[in-house]
Amino acid sequence: MALRLPRSGVPQVLAFLAILAVNWMVSAQFFDIRFQDGRLFGSLIDVFNRGAPVALLAIGMVLVIATRGIDLSVGAVMAICGAIAATLADTQPLPVVIAAALGAGLLCGLWNGLLVAVLGIQPIIATLILMVAGRGIAQLITEGRIVTFTSPDLAWFGGGSVLGVPAPVAITFTVLVLTILLVRRTALGLMIEATGGNARASALAGVGTRVMTMAVYVWCGFCSALAGIVAAADILGADANNSGLWLELDAILAVVIGGTSLFGGRFSVVLAVLGALIIQAMNTGILLSGYPPEFNLVVKAVVVLVVLLMQSPRFSGLAILLSGARK
Amino acid sequence: MKFKALLAATVVSTLASTLGAQAADLTIGFSQIGSESGWRAAETSVSKAEAKKRDITFKIADAQQKQENQIKAIRSFIAQGVDAIFLAPVVATGWDQVLKEAKESKIPVVLLDRDIDASGKDLYLTAVTSDSVHEGAVAGEWLAKTVGDKPCAVVELQGTVGASVATNRKKGFDTAIASHSNIKLVRSQTGDFTRAKGKEVMESFIKAEGGGKNICAVYAHNDDMMVGAIQAMKEAGLKPGTDVLTVSIDAVPDIFKAIAAGEANATVELTPNMAGPAFDAVVAYKDKGTVPPKWIQTESKLYTSADDPQKIYESKKGLGY
Repeated sequence: MALRLPRSGVPQVLAFLAILAVNWMVSAQFFDIRFQDGRLFGSLIDVFNRGAPVALLAIGMVLVIATRGIDLSVGAVMAICGAIAATLADTQPLPVVIAAALGAGLLCGLWNGLLVAVLGIQPIIATLILMVAGRGIAQLITEGRIVTFTSPDLAWFGGGSVLGVPAPVAITFTVLVLTILLVRRTALGLMIEATGGNARASALAGVGTRVMTMAVYVWCGFCSALAGIVAAADILGADANNSGLWLELDAILAVVIGGTSLFGGRFSVVLAVLGALIIQAMNTGILLSGYPPEFNLVVKAVVVLVVLLMQSPRFSGLAILLSGARK
Repeated sequence: MKFKALLAATVVSTLASTLGAQAADLTIGFSQIGSESGWRAAETSVSKAEAKKRDITFKIADAQQKQENQIKAIRSFIAQGVDAIFLAPVVATGWDQVLKEAKESKIPVVLLDRDIDASGKDLYLTAVTSDSVHEGAVAGEWLAKTVGDKPCAVVELQGTVGASVATNRKKGFDTAIASHSNIKLVRSQTGDFTRAKGKEVMESFIKAEGGGKNICAVYAHNDDMMVGAIQAMKEAGLKPGTDVLTVSIDAVPDIFKAIAAGEANATVELTPNMAGPAFDAVVAYKDKGTVPPKWIQTESKLYTSADDPQKIYESKKGLGY
């Protein structure tokens, strides 16, 4: 019993529903949804829409963590790609803008991958380099100011919609489906888990662990770039100082809430996204509640602790023991 | 870059000596914090322009947000024998030693934008800063005057929790509206001084207050959050500037664009021109020995659509905000 890994997702789904219920209690209109300018509008939609950037980061991050790595640079990569997109938006056609931003994300991922897989630097150190330097690069691109744009094409990534669903949600959903198809409909997922479980044994067994490691960092860079584009499109500008700031921690938290171990191995992309939604549902609830902002972080910490305890095998063992004692 | 600055300095000083202006021989060193925000960049460029206006040789050292770099810069200014030192202190403590050295060398120090701890009070000539409580009060008074006797539910976007600017701007606003029982602060949350958070918080305010129909005004501790809030209101089908009054602080260029478009109502300026009054104080001190007051408060000017916002936008946008 104690060895059962929390992959079923029951604790996460329960936690998400519980937080939504609490939100509904603090704000009666929480589940009200209407159409506004052809786009769904409501607090529940906000949870998905605002959660999209962290969900995108979590999709990339969960694969990196599955290989026993970590990527601290995702927030900085967001800032770089957002800065590139916003700077080019008003002078270049949309395909060029998107290609440049995504290309920069892929390059950042490749850089991290090279440092980790080829040079053998510990992931936390290797990605720390880009975390620090990346924000500087973003500031260089924007010359330290908030670069605004008016291009409606790029703005679609933040304010547009697909059949009424906000564009960021649609983008995140597409990337999620694509990632799941890639890792679960092929042997990729198994190889990533093998790399994280025991890189040496996997390499001896013929798994290309080096290529696997590189690939997950590149994919993580790609997801971060998308998140950066969404964030820039949302405010119609690139804020190099603040875009994606500390979001790497939220992304890691989302992955952990989703039940993936930081020691690598088995992972769940869907639950990582659910983890991101749990974090955002909490944020939205706090904003709706009207509590003084001084409580924000405390409430967040308590909820995260409860969710993590719910997943802990020892803690559930203790609960079983207690319920047994009562009988 | 250095060569360019040197060249500019030489040109300025030659120009000045031929003109024989009073302040011509002054050389002033400025230890700037770094480029932490757009406002900082604007302060640096305005300082340069103000120095040029007065034919003062002006040397700027960028400390990249580190106190040790600022201390090094001050020591090097002392070694160069400048006539005065401007300092925008990155933190409030730890200046006593280096300021004593400046004092011993009889070089007056002027603090810009931020103050230091009381223990160092007699180590500097004067401090040129804005009063952030007053800024909040100006915003509150504008709102009180604009709504008159009508009942008004206000939502507030606070700065980062614990930042002194946020606390003060809240205090000033609260005091200003306290005597007007028709104005009520219904919601207050932090937007961390950023556009993205300002937008997110405003979205939730709109939903929590019945689709925003109950909101009469938004007060934001800085313009960036207001720019985000304006987007949130527009996306929710509200008309900021007409349905919902807005007042924020800082007077960055983008808010003037919004005011010009009729989407924002008022902003209170945190002037980037801290160096101007400081130059005047130093010149008066050097020429006539006039000792300035310990604190020179900059003006917290209110701007509305009546002040030709488009023109101000054009004049401000090149400053590096």
